Amino acid sequence: MSQPLALPRWMDLGLLPAWNLLVAIAVSGLVVLAIGASPAQVFWALLQGALGSGRGLGYTLYYATTFIFSGLAVAVAIHAGLFNIGGEGQASLGGLGAALVSLWLGHSLPAVLMLPLAVLAAALFGMAWAVVPGYLQAWRGSHVVITTIMFNFLAASLNSYLLVNWLRPAGSMSVESAEFADSARMPALHQLMQSWGFEDWPSSPLNLSLLLALLACVAVYWFLWKSSAGYALRAVGANPQAAHYAGIRPRWQILLAMGLSGALAGLVGVNEISGVQGKLTLDFVAGAGFTGIAVSLMGRNHPLGIVLASLLFGVLYQGGVEVSFDVPGFSRDMVVTVQGLIVLFAGAMAMVSAPAFARLYAWTQERRHG
Amino acid sequence: MTASSSGTNSPAVRLRRISKRFGAVQANREVSFDVAAGSVHGIVGENGAGKSTLMSILYGYYHADAGEIEVMGQPARIANAQQAMALGLGMVHQHFMLVDSLSALDNVMLGAEPGFFLTRAKQRVRERLEALMQQTGLHVRLDAEVGSLPVGEMQRLEILKTLYRGARILILDEPTAVLTPQETEQLFGTLRGLKAQGCTILLITHKLKEVMALCDAVTVMRAGQVVQTTPIAETSEAALAEAMVGRKVSLGRTGAEHKTDAAAAPLLEARGLRLRNRLGVPALAGVDLRLLPGEIVGVAGVSGNGQSELLEVLAGMRAPDQGRLSLGGREFEAGAWLDPALARALRLAHVPEDRHLHGMVLNFPAWESAVLGYQDLDVYRAAPLGLGLKQGLMREQTAGMMERFDVRPRQPELRSSKFSGGNQQKLIMARELAQAPRVLLVGQPTRGVDIGAIEFIHAQLRGLRDAGCAVLLVSSELDEILALADRVLVMNAGHVTGELPIAECTETRLGLLMAAQGRAQEQEGHPA
Repeated sequence: MSQPLALPRWMDLGLLPAWNLLVAIAVSGLVVLAIGASPAQVFWALLQGALGSGRGLGYTLYYATTFIFSGLAVAVAIHAGLFNIGGEGQASLGGLGAALVSLWLGHSLPAVLMLPLAVLAAALFGMAWAVVPGYLQAWRGSHVVITTIMFNFLAASLNSYLLVNWLRPAGSMSVESAEFADSARMPALHQLMQSWGFEDWPSSPLNLSLLLALLACVAVYWFLWKSSAGYALRAVGANPQAAHYAGIRPRWQILLAMGLSGALAGLVGVNEISGVQGKLTLDFVAGAGFTGIAVSLMGRNHPLGIVLASLLFGVLYQGGVEVSFDVPGFSRDMVVTVQGLIVLFAGAMAMVSAPAFARLYAWTQERRHG
Repeated sequence: MTASSSGTNSPAVRLRRISKRFGAVQANREVSFDVAAGSVHGIVGENGAGKSTLMSILYGYYHADAGEIEVMGQPARIANAQQAMALGLGMVHQHFMLVDSLSALDNVMLGAEPGFFLTRAKQRVRERLEALMQQTGLHVRLDAEVGSLPVGEMQRLEILKTLYRGARILILDEPTAVLTPQETEQLFGTLRGLKAQGCTILLITHKLKEVMALCDAVTVMRAGQVVQTTPIAETSEAALAEAMVGRKVSLGRTGAEHKTDAAAAPLLEARGLRLRNRLGVPALAGVDLRLLPGEIVGVAGVSGNGQSELLEVLAGMRAPDQGRLSLGGREFEAGAWLDPALARALRLAHVPEDRHLHGMVLNFPAWESAVLGYQDLDVYRAAPLGLGLKQGLMREQTAGMMERFDVRPRQPELRSSKFSGGNQQKLIMARELAQAPRVLLVGQPTRGVDIGAIEFIHAQLRGLRDAGCAVLLVSSELDEILALADRVLVMNAGHVTGELPIAECTETRLGLLMAAQGRAQEQEGHPA
């Protein structure tokens, strides 16, 4: 029994995350100091690399796009009381879906038809990959945490099998599919800008998928908090027995939540495959599915929070790459260490300082009333 | 360990001007009273009156902003539970602090192992416990897994645990909330025994009957303050109720006797309901039931005799193994039972027994909990394609419900969990009554609810009956059934063992039916 925790909204959603980030940066600074580099130099290089140039900003936003999708995927499942850690596999299936329709129809359809079709295929493939664990959870009682992580391995194997044996063009040595036709490539921002006359817009992988990601945020927000289906889903997540009492069928809600979650994860494939690669490659998800867990936790499972957390992770990814170029003796592994510390303090240990803030708040209140 | 330890005349506990504030809420304001050594002292008050805060201060969970505590005549500074225990205080919580997967013996030993080697330590604990059980009459199967023990035995174990740790002053927080009447009687016997051996007992409760039966003195609290402390001989149940609520309350039968038209067509009729629980034990063993318009049918019985299952089956939350049901012109049988959504569509409303488990979603704001079960009604559908929700309307209606049912605070945006039990129950009642049901199933409508709210809820149920609704009332409080019902069914081991019009009901007669033992039908595998 401890004193009840009461934090005002502005502290809970504003001050606390800012403080956590500050602590994370301070600890990372100490680590940087310990290996003999200058924290100021490293963080400057990181910020400069991520936000200091048009090109860097483009990369940052491109990474953020992927994290928004995988973060939303985790959040939707969490609201239904499910922990979907299969974003990795679902994203990889999403890429496969986008690639299959693009290779199949890319030469015969114009971009206005081809691109929506690719998006749809990515969502459906991701959905299918998540619905199976969802079904096993709802009707057979196999825990989604176990099944989704197993499905990650299945997805990776399936992807390489298909690439090696079926999708690789004859005679090619690299494990990749053929290039898509132009109509199946999500337009990059710099291409659009150049076609509108901004000739010197810096090139980056940032593409129209960012718009899709922002749309997905709005849609997820509306679905969860404004729609009757979202009400049912959250009821099941918060209290399955009460949901049953209310005439909601928890099993179908689990299926729905996993389906939507998988579809959102599948859209990672649009950004990576249709947007950047223009062909199906091996292992293009590269951990983004797992990063989505941290993003969602840090963003408090809310779309707006997820956008902000995705931006932070975008900065870390893009800035991290630049730091390892710019700062001598600062290896790629050190960048990962710093990223890990930030995930640890700002994500996993997000509530550690909450009691201290609650006491501080109670104290200030008491003085005011006192 | 003898009564002579209270020979000095200093009280076991003396509280002097204790105050405690949480933010803007003054939970305790200058609370002072004495608890005589070797007595049973009741502390009564409505939810939120400050009883629990006070006990938490006494037990070292909270620190008082001001005031002094004396234990056995000595000024005491109690900074944490360890210090409280060292002073001979022991607390038995309403929600047991036991590890279900460990044995009873291990639970007692946990955190107080008398040595490094467990086998030897266990032997010593066992010897001491057996002596203690002999002495106090608190018998617990020491080797049984705690999760498998009945509630009454778990509670005995909790008391045994505090005694083992040297408690001489026991604090019991709502100890009878989870007990059957028999277990309650047993507990009282034990407590009287402990008192005879010189223990002091502080009993926090809101059941006035129990206070009158057990206590030597009682302190009434209201809004953080002590209203009065009196010897039990100088007060009565009615006087205590008035002191608690601050006005006169009447919980007995009120109004003229209600006449039910016995020839009317039943609104709900169930025949031959049979259901086996997961262990294969029959929870319902052939129950027949008719609900006529304009009557309240009470279901009495010691809890756990099939009443909960009956409610769940009739509400469509669970299909029976056998049986038929007619409701709202539709026929259902075991293979094709109704579901909760269909039940609502047929204008059957259900106030569930457990409001936290079924009645509401504690994380939801009040207005979302206030539409639970009715979220798919056409009036709430909004664009696009009816997929949205008219949340403005929902909030507005919730505000209306709160106004009509006096739910406090009147904040539709406040989380459901932040309301007190009585206010949660009023909100659920308001929700279920809002759609003008023709059949209402109510389980334990006033469990853990303040006296003021009980009076209100009873009036609502009578009003609904008078409007022609059929009400099925399941309650473990016999008084409640006697106050409300027009007809009483008694359930025992899944059977209806008796049906009486209210005029023929007396507590003794119902008690006998509830305890009906040795009937032929019970031979078929009713658990001991």
